[in-house]
Amino acid sequence: MKTEKLMIVGVGGQGTLLASKIVGKLLLGKGFDVKVSEVHGMSQRGGSVVTYVSWGEKVYAPIVDKGEADYILAFEMLEAARYAEFLKPGGKLIANTQQTNPMPVITGAMEYPEDIEGKLKTLGIDLDAIDALKTAEAAGSAKATNLVLLGRLAKYFPYPEEDWIECIKTGVPEKFVDMNIKAFKMGKEL
Amino acid sequence: MKQLMLGNEAVARGLYEAGCSFVSSYPGTPSTEITETVAKFKEVYAEWAPNEKVAMESAFGASLNGKRSFCAMKHVGLNVAADPLFTIAYTGVNAGFIIAVADDAGMHSSQNEQDSRHYAVSAKLPMLEPSDSAEALAFTKLAYELSEKFDTAVMIKMCTRVSHSQSIVETSDRVEAAPIPYERKAQKFIMTPANAIKRHPIVEERTKALTEWAETAEINRVEGGKSAEYGIITSSTCYQYVKEALGDDFPVLKLGMINPLPVKKIRDFAASVKQVIVVEELDPVIENHCKTIGVDVKGKELFGLLGEISQNSVRKAFGYPMTAGVKLDESIPVRPPVMCAGCPHRGLFYVLKKNQLNVIGDIGCYTLGSAAPLGAMDSTICMGASVSGLHGFNKAGGAEFAKKTVAVIGDSTFMHSGVTGLINIAYNESASTVIILDNSITGMTGHQQNPTTGFNLKGDPCTKIDLETLCKAVGIKRVRVVDPYNLAECNQAVKEELAAEEPSVIISRRPCALLKYVKHPGPIEGDASKCVGCKSCMKIGCPAISMKKGKVSIDATLCTGCGVCSQLCNFGALGK
Repeated sequence: MKTEKLMIVGVGGQGTLLASKIVGKLLLGKGFDVKVSEVHGMSQRGGSVVTYVSWGEKVYAPIVDKGEADYILAFEMLEAARYAEFLKPGGKLIANTQQTNPMPVITGAMEYPEDIEGKLKTLGIDLDAIDALKTAEAAGSAKATNLVLLGRLAKYFPYPEEDWIECIKTGVPEKFVDMNIKAFKMGKEL
Repeated sequence: MKQLMLGNEAVARGLYEAGCSFVSSYPGTPSTEITETVAKFKEVYAEWAPNEKVAMESAFGASLNGKRSFCAMKHVGLNVAADPLFTIAYTGVNAGFIIAVADDAGMHSSQNEQDSRHYAVSAKLPMLEPSDSAEALAFTKLAYELSEKFDTAVMIKMCTRVSHSQSIVETSDRVEAAPIPYERKAQKFIMTPANAIKRHPIVEERTKALTEWAETAEINRVEGGKSAEYGIITSSTCYQYVKEALGDDFPVLKLGMINPLPVKKIRDFAASVKQVIVVEELDPVIENHCKTIGVDVKGKELFGLLGEISQNSVRKAFGYPMTAGVKLDESIPVRPPVMCAGCPHRGLFYVLKKNQLNVIGDIGCYTLGSAAPLGAMDSTICMGASVSGLHGFNKAGGAEFAKKTVAVIGDSTFMHSGVTGLINIAYNESASTVIILDNSITGMTGHQQNPTTGFNLKGDPCTKIDLETLCKAVGIKRVRVVDPYNLAECNQAVKEELAAEEPSVIISRRPCALLKYVKHPGPIEGDASKCVGCKSCMKIGCPAISMKKGKVSIDATLCTGCGVCSQLCNFGALGK
């Protein structure tokens, strides 16, 4: 089989790393060769962050290049816009409609682009935009936004919910497992 | 058992399995997790040293006393440890000794993108270069064998994409390494000129022996290809990009050892193909070796000297179609890293900015104080350079500059190499003002303990170095502590210490807002109706504050309630 590639993009601190680890674990359990690439350090301080997950019979590159991603899971709308060109033609972009202003917007040096959702659709991108923050709050905590988005991603993956839930259980602190699973399910069924 | 592991975790696992029992490192992205991971094994003694030089020398001492030992650092950390490195190359080892260095091509979290392979070449030390986690584990174990077989420290070169990519590894059990009894060997380990002169030819002979080993080593392997039009020589993460982009279209010589490089193996490989292409990041180390041994190759003319390579840069170089997606025709604001909401550095930097001071900066989260809107920084070079740089700046500029210039340095960085600069300030008497930003942790690399925190790498309480006592002991009479959440207090301290005609230290003390034990009062209750839109609060660059329709808006999910913005609002719109 051909290698498949997922990018998870967002803002440092949103929990993209945890999401990529859960996906990596799931795919490992399916018998694939898997690579998950992260960036640590300076970029985590509220900066734009990206992790790559690649899987298949044999995976070589740990990173995803422009036009290669089968899926992009964007935790924030501006980041969806920034990384959209990494999506391969026919790929799926799942985006959280949440907007977090970057410093140039906060200081007034630049403007947050309007209607990113509409513009991405105009480009012919297969976009599934959801309000993951609101859903996470309904599930119990804004901090579970990453699990809502992971649930949404699971909708497009050919694996049963139980398998995801097993991976979530081992990936999040015990006292938050139930809430995270709830958030995951709500994201999937939204 | 098959599992996903970061390259760094795999090195740690390799250390464990190979019976390593002593680790000393200083944190630095992208190397940090090696030491954090190995510290979890109770069989391994592991510590954070104050800097890379101390770490390397400590690890060498453990090797001298018969235990397999290890130290890790980022590329710029190796500069700090270069002094012991070049002479340890002469002495060789007692028990196996590995030095891991992690480069950061693309500068994801570094101030330069130096190519550490040059160190192995110039210090004449063997260097292994894994291309994924499985190799990281295997090469670490192999490195101990080589270290003890060839009586040499062995370097392992990591890079961001190997260190911070998880791939599949299979683990095995630890095999204890029997300690090698210590005995004094003066001619081997005391590097006086008379002894070192005798050691140098041994080093050269060792390199010859290692080159012989490299000729047949399994880690330098040829993979067949469909066409002999090209042959590719590559290593590390570049090997992965080559295979991703070209599959098995051309033969590949995949090098696992980057120093010394084989000669015959490369010549034979070159003779079997029409044109050799070298794919390597940053400098032409393999390429220059090939040219030196008379093998015609192309490399940097295709790939350049800058940043990271990817599968598309390989596709481009070989004339293969590059993959591309559709780009939004829109100017997308950049999202640079910022000081976190509640960051204790923010208030202090606001005061520096307000007083229009020159700020000689250093390496840490507070380097973010250079970014708009705070923009209070004049230089950043390397760990410790703020304190020593300030001294020279003030000596050159005289009192006029000494009264409007400060150095800023974090607690961990101060312990790393700031204290020597402070000794220079005291000893050579410049009326310099050094501000130690003591947030009680090594922040940027992800919360590592250091000598000022009172905890060691394993998390146990330990001796806490007292910064005030230390500064006074090196001869600074004016040492005072301020709370960076209190702008008036900081302002007064900065003004008074700059006015003083003698050296001074201000310790700006408050723990990192992200530390789990730090309790925050909770988001401030803003009152937008009182906001007049003056944007005074916007001058501190807090990610929790924004203006919506001309009125201030607080993001309650980010705001910690630090209260710095409240002190800037004259209209009561931001709480008290």
